[in-house]
Amino acid sequence: MKKLLSVSLIGLAVAAASSAQARDYDHVRIGVDVPYVPMEYRTAEGDLTGFDIDLGNAMCEEIGVTCEWIEQEWDGIIPGLLSRNYDAVMSSMTINDERRQQVLFSEPYITMPSAWFAASDLDIDEANEETLEGLTIGVQRGTLQDNYVTDNYGSVADISRYSTADDMVLDMDAQRLDIVFLDFPIGQSTLVENEDGDYVIVGEQITEPKEYFGDGFGIAFRQRDEALAEKFNEALATLKEDGTYDEIYTRYFGEE
Amino acid sequence: MPDISAWFNDLLSGNLIFTATTMGYYWTGLVTTTQLVFLSLVIGLVLAVPLAILRSSKRKWISLPVYLFTYVFRGTPLLVQLYIIYYGVVFFDGIQESVFWPIFREAFYPALIAFTLNTAAYTTEIFRGAIKATAKGEIEAARAYGMSQGLMMRRIIIPSAFRRALPAYGNEVIFMLHASAIASVVTLMDLTGAARYVYSRFYTPFEPFLFVALIYLCLTFAILFFFRFLEKKLLAHLKPQTP
Repeated sequence: MKKLLSVSLIGLAVAAASSAQARDYDHVRIGVDVPYVPMEYRTAEGDLTGFDIDLGNAMCEEIGVTCEWIEQEWDGIIPGLLSRNYDAVMSSMTINDERRQQVLFSEPYITMPSAWFAASDLDIDEANEETLEGLTIGVQRGTLQDNYVTDNYGSVADISRYSTADDMVLDMDAQRLDIVFLDFPIGQSTLVENEDGDYVIVGEQITEPKEYFGDGFGIAFRQRDEALAEKFNEALATLKEDGTYDEIYTRYFGEE
Repeated sequence: MPDISAWFNDLLSGNLIFTATTMGYYWTGLVTTTQLVFLSLVIGLVLAVPLAILRSSKRKWISLPVYLFTYVFRGTPLLVQLYIIYYGVVFFDGIQESVFWPIFREAFYPALIAFTLNTAAYTTEIFRGAIKATAKGEIEAARAYGMSQGLMMRRIIIPSAFRRALPAYGNEVIFMLHASAIASVVTLMDLTGAARYVYSRFYTPFEPFLFVALIYLCLTFAILFFFRFLEKKLLAHLKPQTP
């Protein structure tokens, strides 16, 4: 009887210890803000695709878990992670200190500059306080581009904030916006390449200062899910080694 | 005065979310919300009175177009109307070159137009109900005095219909205030837009949304108070009389 009791007590203790640790995942739900071409978007047939999606699926396969993508608008994407609507966020999220206070990031899986885009007849060579004065700037609400533009040009220009990048492009076409500030490849594919010559990049691609532009895109996890983040880091390293990463990269961004 | 601002700075120090900057956003938001709601209600009311009179006409060809207008605007969500007016107009070719573009370029005016038409539709129906409910005896008495249709409308029907419509209209004003929370989808920085901005910058849903909820409550309270005052004044004759 005594033995039985102690065995069951040990059993209880083990159960308690394992539940105090982070969960062991065999099914990972990943939050993503769609569309953000070419990182995440839907094809004409309605299938979810993009660099993040393909790389994320490849990582999940490498780890041996099933992945489910859950769509969430950008401005609620971190609160959604913290309130357990999904277990990770892989949605072109730049790693920076402000976000590090809330979430745990994987190693960066891609670095992505930001850039200014404007109609080709706007006729400015560089975005600075003088050239932007009085213009209407479009940004996606709550992005690092929003923070950068708000802090640096909020006093000289009007800022229009959008929930999705799509709405912003629509208003660019409508000529409500003079200039937008976006992740470079997004602006390149949705504005420059898609609209045959109506839009151009203004000035250089921007990666500094680091306090805004951070250290590249990372997958975000809840702080306590260190084991899960570690698994994704290992998977990323493996995919980079065996060439899968390069293959996915070329699929969306062409040869380097 | 410096005491108060020092106290205020002290209160806010070490607080990331309630800073002077975010207070500025909330203030802008409050101004935008108030302007938007107040203007749309005033213009909507001015439109609704003649529309309600047309709507109560016995002639089908007069009342039917007004009915169609109120049916469409009451039968579709305000959010959809706002989307159509804001994003839809740009699909008309040449709108950017037309004289209307300065109006549609800003987010404020499309929102104002959508809100105005929406509240005008509801208010029209509220007034029509009140006009229809005019006591038969009053109309017969007016006729007996030899009043023309117009004079009867002006002196008898409209004043009493206004009074009867007051409580329902007070509700419409409050609904309009709350409906204005969708303005931020077209980039307007209204109260809700300010809260969404602070939320997305600091990843904290509770503080900004609770704070603007409190402001909405205060505004609602002011509206309720105003209408209670109006009802007391204008509907005094309906109260039980004490000798």
